[in-house]
Amino acid sequence: MIGLWSVPLLFALPLALGILSLLVAPAWRARLIFIGLPLLVAASLDVLAGLATAGPQVYRLGDWIAPLGINLVVDGLAVGMILMTTLVASLSALYARVYLRDHPPASSFFWPLLWFLWAGMNGIWLAEDIFNLYVGLEVMGLAAVGMVALRATPQALAAAMRYLLAALLGSLAYLLGVALLYGAYGTLSMAGLQEAATNNATTQVALALIILGLLLKTALFPLHAWLPPAHGGALTPVSALLSALVIKGSFYILMRLWLVLGPEVTPELTAQLLGVLGAGAVFFGGWMAWRQHHLKQLVAYSTVAQIGYLFLFFPLVTNTSPEAARLAWDGTLMMLVAHALAKAALFLSAGNLILAVGSPQISHLVGISRFRPMSLFSFGLAGVSLMGLPPSGGFTAKWLLLHSAILSGQWWWLIVLFLGGLLSAAYIFKVFRMSFREGPQIDRSVTPPLTLDVVALVLAASAIVIGLFAHLPLHWLRMGSMLGMG
Amino acid sequence: MSGAISGYMVFAWSGVLLFGLGLFGFIAHRHLLRRLLAFNIMGSGAFLVLVGLAQDGRGVDPVPHAMVITGIVVAVASTALALVVFRRWYRASGRTDLPEDT
Repeated sequence: MIGLWSVPLLFALPLALGILSLLVAPAWRARLIFIGLPLLVAASLDVLAGLATAGPQVYRLGDWIAPLGINLVVDGLAVGMILMTTLVASLSALYARVYLRDHPPASSFFWPLLWFLWAGMNGIWLAEDIFNLYVGLEVMGLAAVGMVALRATPQALAAAMRYLLAALLGSLAYLLGVALLYGAYGTLSMAGLQEAATNNATTQVALALIILGLLLKTALFPLHAWLPPAHGGALTPVSALLSALVIKGSFYILMRLWLVLGPEVTPELTAQLLGVLGAGAVFFGGWMAWRQHHLKQLVAYSTVAQIGYLFLFFPLVTNTSPEAARLAWDGTLMMLVAHALAKAALFLSAGNLILAVGSPQISHLVGISRFRPMSLFSFGLAGVSLMGLPPSGGFTAKWLLLHSAILSGQWWWLIVLFLGGLLSAAYIFKVFRMSFREGPQIDRSVTPPLTLDVVALVLAASAIVIGLFAHLPLHWLRMGSMLGMG
Repeated sequence: MSGAISGYMVFAWSGVLLFGLGLFGFIAHRHLLRRLLAFNIMGSGAFLVLVGLAQDGRGVDPVPHAMVITGIVVAVASTALALVVFRRWYRASGRTDLPEDT
């Protein structure tokens, strides 16, 4: 068993750093990333190496036996999410270290929250039982709410409060579902549920509660109202973390549970309904994004739209051929990872543009292309992936989903994929049209520190590169997956 | 046996009732403190279901107890965070509720 020392480290280390950063003087808090980031990168790579050599495995924390001990699952999906988190969160942390110099009160609390957020996310990716998923959701959710409130303006506080109320309601619905499942089957582990779960009224009520709770936390249309003010109004590195990673946590749980319960339990009607809501999200989110006047609100509504694509997973894997289901799995995960990279890049480069012109209004971007070509280039690269143009990750994802839809005979999802792409193009080009227009409004711009531009560019470039070399990550992500493919 | 089952089920059904009452309060009220209290009632309901349902004819099960203790810790932390955000919001805006969505 190579490399297993790093599995518990993935959430123990961020927790320890979170507590440590509260103990040290505020000036030292940011510097802890120089210890934390290399260690977390090493641990993530070690877990990947362990997966590549030894295959998927279950890790028993402290060698205690479940249900009193905690089992961690180290399969392709979990490792893929861990690597995505490490990449996006590390780069966002580097960005934040520079960005937060102008926000001293916020910066002293950003760092502990970042580590707790990280611990919660890694806890979710690794958890094998539905109760520890709940604990992970709460740790992640509470840290995220704290991050939204960092700006401490009335708008930010209202957004944080609304976010908190939605998150609390969502997790209680999820918890009640967990209670029903435990009462019915006496097990919390995914493997145990996979064996025991049958199609009866208790399971269906529990499933409905869990789905509703997780949809609220994932902000699927029409339960998305809390997302744009929270993501759009937060400090820029916070927006990137929340939009790229946090909403994926609850989606990940839903995806895993759906596959664990299997086609005997998961109703096809619900799958189609989730797909329809996803389509609604793509259209409504895209339309609303196009109508925004604030740059970061536009990007936040773009997240509402992109969440919709993820939910095409459910109709495409439920009662379809194994080949279609496999393509849907690949496509959804590629979409998830590509969106994480592209959205983080989009938020960070939007933040750079806002720093440059000193205004969040899109109309004030007139003429900025002459001054900040690099920020705009990152924004464009990330936009290419969001629109789904080749050769980006977003394109590969949509291509796989499109094939899956054709194979399973559900042609109506093609309309969603095409129109969604057009809508994304509309709102991305809205920003570009402003930037390239020559106008009298601006004859100078503030130059943001180089680190900020470089981080955004690296993220945007990875969103493109992952589309070019998609076969390798997809191969890893398939390892030990519940769709029964090697 | 059936007596024991119905005895435990009383807890589970009370839990469902509490959860429902809490949910109603959470949606019906606008004052943030009331909504927070309603959230705590919902949480208690969920915990009762967790313990009551699991005791159903299988003897005493320690796992739900461990879960409920964890759940209570989470609820306390959430409530504390909500109170801090609420206080800051009240000081900044003078309001006890959230502005309506536009």
